[in-house]
Amino acid sequence: MPLPYAPRRTVLAALATMTTLSAACGGRRPTAEVTPAADTAGPAERPAYASTYQPRPGPAVLIRNATVLTAAGPELRGASVLLRDGKVVAVGDTVRAPEGATVVDGTGKFVTPGLIDTHSHIGVYSAPGIASLSDGNEATDPVTSEVWAEHSVWPQDPQIPLAIAGGVTVAQILPGSANLVGGRAVTLRLVPARTVQEMKLPGAPYGLKLACGENPKRVYSGRGPATRMANMAGFRAAFIGAERYRREWDRWNEKRTGDAPARDLQKETLADVLRGKILVHNHCYRADEMAFMLDLAREFGFRIRSFHHAVEAYKVADLMARDSVAGSVWSDWWGFKLESLDGIPENAALLHQAGARPIIHSDDPQGIQRLNHDASKAMHAGLRAGIRITREDAIRWITLNPAWALGIDSLTGSLEPGKAADVVVWSGDPFSIYSRPELVYNEGRLLFDRRDPARQYRTDFNLGTAAPGVGR
Amino acid sequence: MTARSLAQPGPSQPRLAAVAAALALALPLAAGLAAPASAQTIAITGGTVHPVSGPRIERGTVLLRDGRVVAVGGADLAVPAGAERVDATGKWVTPGLFHPATNLGLVLTEIGAQPQTQEDAKEGDIDAAINPLDALNPAMMTLPVARSEGITTAVTSPSGGLVAGQSVVVDLDGASAAAMAARTPAAMLVDLGENAKRAGGGSRAGTVELLRRLLADAREFPRRRAEFERNAIRPLAASAQDLAALQPVLRGEIPMYVIANRRSDIETALGIGREFGLRLVIAGGVEAWQVADSLAARRVPVVVHSYSDIPSFEGPAARLDNAALLAKAGVPVLITDGGSNAHFRNLRYAAGEAVRHGLPWDRALAGITLEPARAFGLGERYGSLEAGKVANVVIWSGDPLDFGSHAERVWIRGREVPTTSRQTELLERYRTLPPKY
Repeated sequence: MPLPYAPRRTVLAALATMTTLSAACGGRRPTAEVTPAADTAGPAERPAYASTYQPRPGPAVLIRNATVLTAAGPELRGASVLLRDGKVVAVGDTVRAPEGATVVDGTGKFVTPGLIDTHSHIGVYSAPGIASLSDGNEATDPVTSEVWAEHSVWPQDPQIPLAIAGGVTVAQILPGSANLVGGRAVTLRLVPARTVQEMKLPGAPYGLKLACGENPKRVYSGRGPATRMANMAGFRAAFIGAERYRREWDRWNEKRTGDAPARDLQKETLADVLRGKILVHNHCYRADEMAFMLDLAREFGFRIRSFHHAVEAYKVADLMARDSVAGSVWSDWWGFKLESLDGIPENAALLHQAGARPIIHSDDPQGIQRLNHDASKAMHAGLRAGIRITREDAIRWITLNPAWALGIDSLTGSLEPGKAADVVVWSGDPFSIYSRPELVYNEGRLLFDRRDPARQYRTDFNLGTAAPGVGR
Repeated sequence: MTARSLAQPGPSQPRLAAVAAALALALPLAAGLAAPASAQTIAITGGTVHPVSGPRIERGTVLLRDGRVVAVGGADLAVPAGAERVDATGKWVTPGLFHPATNLGLVLTEIGAQPQTQEDAKEGDIDAAINPLDALNPAMMTLPVARSEGITTAVTSPSGGLVAGQSVVVDLDGASAAAMAARTPAAMLVDLGENAKRAGGGSRAGTVELLRRLLADAREFPRRRAEFERNAIRPLAASAQDLAALQPVLRGEIPMYVIANRRSDIETALGIGREFGLRLVIAGGVEAWQVADSLAARRVPVVVHSYSDIPSFEGPAARLDNAALLAKAGVPVLITDGGSNAHFRNLRYAAGEAVRHGLPWDRALAGITLEPARAFGLGERYGSLEAGKVANVVIWSGDPLDFGSHAERVWIRGREVPTTSRQTELLERYRTLPPKY
């Protein structure tokens, strides 16, 4: 089943909506039908809560004489990267600075794409970590596909600038894992913003959070699901309902006559999963459960884009490679609950060896600040185990591979002409613990400069919070 | 499973002891070395030796015998005839890492979120008599993983309440909890933060008042034991066992290990320390950098979580260069990653992270070796490679604080321990698919 990812989708959807509106306003249909104007495009194609993000690139930047890990090809030494108008314009040996460009001396430094995290709860579990800001788990029902993580995100979460300082430019924010179906995930650019819409990455498809295993059966042990078998039954029941809903709407969309079917927010999201428009991100630790989820996807004709946490992915790496499912993993977390007991540091490397798609994710506000550290640990664990991995491979685990999992790999994730100028300049090899991000560009906008406190964004919450009389 | 991992922990000691006995015995015990190490001399030669107590030695030699380091020197140090030679050319040699974790995974919780394997958390507000050796299971599957990362020694404590209980130091190898013990008690863990507020009726003011009353009663208790036993004394702030267990703290024999992150909590700890003449170690210390000079003046060590930079109401002014600022001011800095199950193996990277944010490399290595040993009363026996010290030694393939290295060989009390674990067995089973059953 195709997973058509088209960055232009939003534009097309918007055009479709405009057409519909003008048709509706033209009075060719009874006024009673005016309200569901966008129904002709299918409800999920409306630009609901649309992105208002605007790129704000600075002047052109030429980074010269650096080691460049493009995530799209071989490591380049003594190379230059030119950014202009928010895009990567050129990467190579013989790039010249255009008039007025800022020149960054990259001698001894490394350049990589901006890091991308497929799994963050920044904004939905904001700091300070207190009940008032606990907005990540709608733990009131095992199936809450009707909730959207973006409606919980707090743009003033002080964890956002910390992640930026770690070289992260894009993150998927997901609901938590209390529920079988947790809700919609959203892909954000990590930029200063008043509203979530100002952070939404234009063209990024939505994600859907599914969770296997211990969490749902623990949270709902009183009312069910209380067992893993009931977890599976819960997924199946939800998708059976969604299938019927999708058929009703697709049928109506074909003819567009008579009353539109009633909207159901819960089923609407699942129906778009079945249509391949929303990408599935599945919290799942154990190998046997991942195999069941692959079969669930086959049963209902959708694809799982990435397993998350997946500490036992190495046990089913062949199945994941077969079904083109990525594995968003930590390097070495283990033992924090029973289903994480078999985590091993070679997990990502074994996925790589099997031809599956490893991703290093954080699920953690400290981890997101050092995704490169986790990737380095995973790379070195693999090397020690005799698995051939290069820095070129490992940089993809935190750039291009997560971009693919989020359906934005045609927009960002590697340093290639035409892609967004999401770029990090590192003080040294990003796979050494001693290196630090020095400059972080988000679509050409300098959002972090280690030498310039004026270029170290602070959220509203950060203001005035240092103790009296002590500067930060 | 090895015979060692099937061994049962030894009989429990302090909690079951009578009050009188507890009073008499409430001295920190420097536990003897249980399993005698080989009388064979082991000579580690050719490596870059980081003794921590002194400058590094290129092509150094470290001699181990009878569970002790017997000599450390350069290439000219004579290797006794018949010694077993271990070639460490091109490698780095350090003391075993000493994890200052306050509680959690490493030693008292085998699998997080599984109450059947958790022994650290408890309900009481004042539990000075609780000693975690009574709960420690030497067959825990966490221990081989810790050893494979060069961690040979760890502080462990109960958690929960205002006075959580006694911290002990254990070596991560031994047939019983008693055999693993290196010092018990090694400290008294007290929480002055948010988590302990319940003990004070919901306010830090109440917590501090209770702690003062407790310490005052503990000071009074030995002098008035007869009246206590005649029931001729007003009600005291804690049980006789708890008051007895606080005596080594009041005598300055063991430190009060205080969880304090907010600047004002740290200042409270310093004030109580002055008032009762206590030795202190600060755990967490998120805002310690703001009172670095006061801490330095009293030589109060701080256990820093080097990843702490997320503002909370416990410590809004968190910053990643906390360790660097404290060290610069002259504060003894210990490093931790918190010690939870998912992360304890990464202790050395927590030290590397502190280096990334300005802590000198030598101070970072000391922060996971000699400084914890000193802070918990083992500075004469642990934490560095010096003649006479316990032979906890690691050979690393490279810089232990950076990612490219790993622990190649590990000795605990002079006995080489394997760097394998169930994780390495899982790797071998699933290295190629289908798995090798």
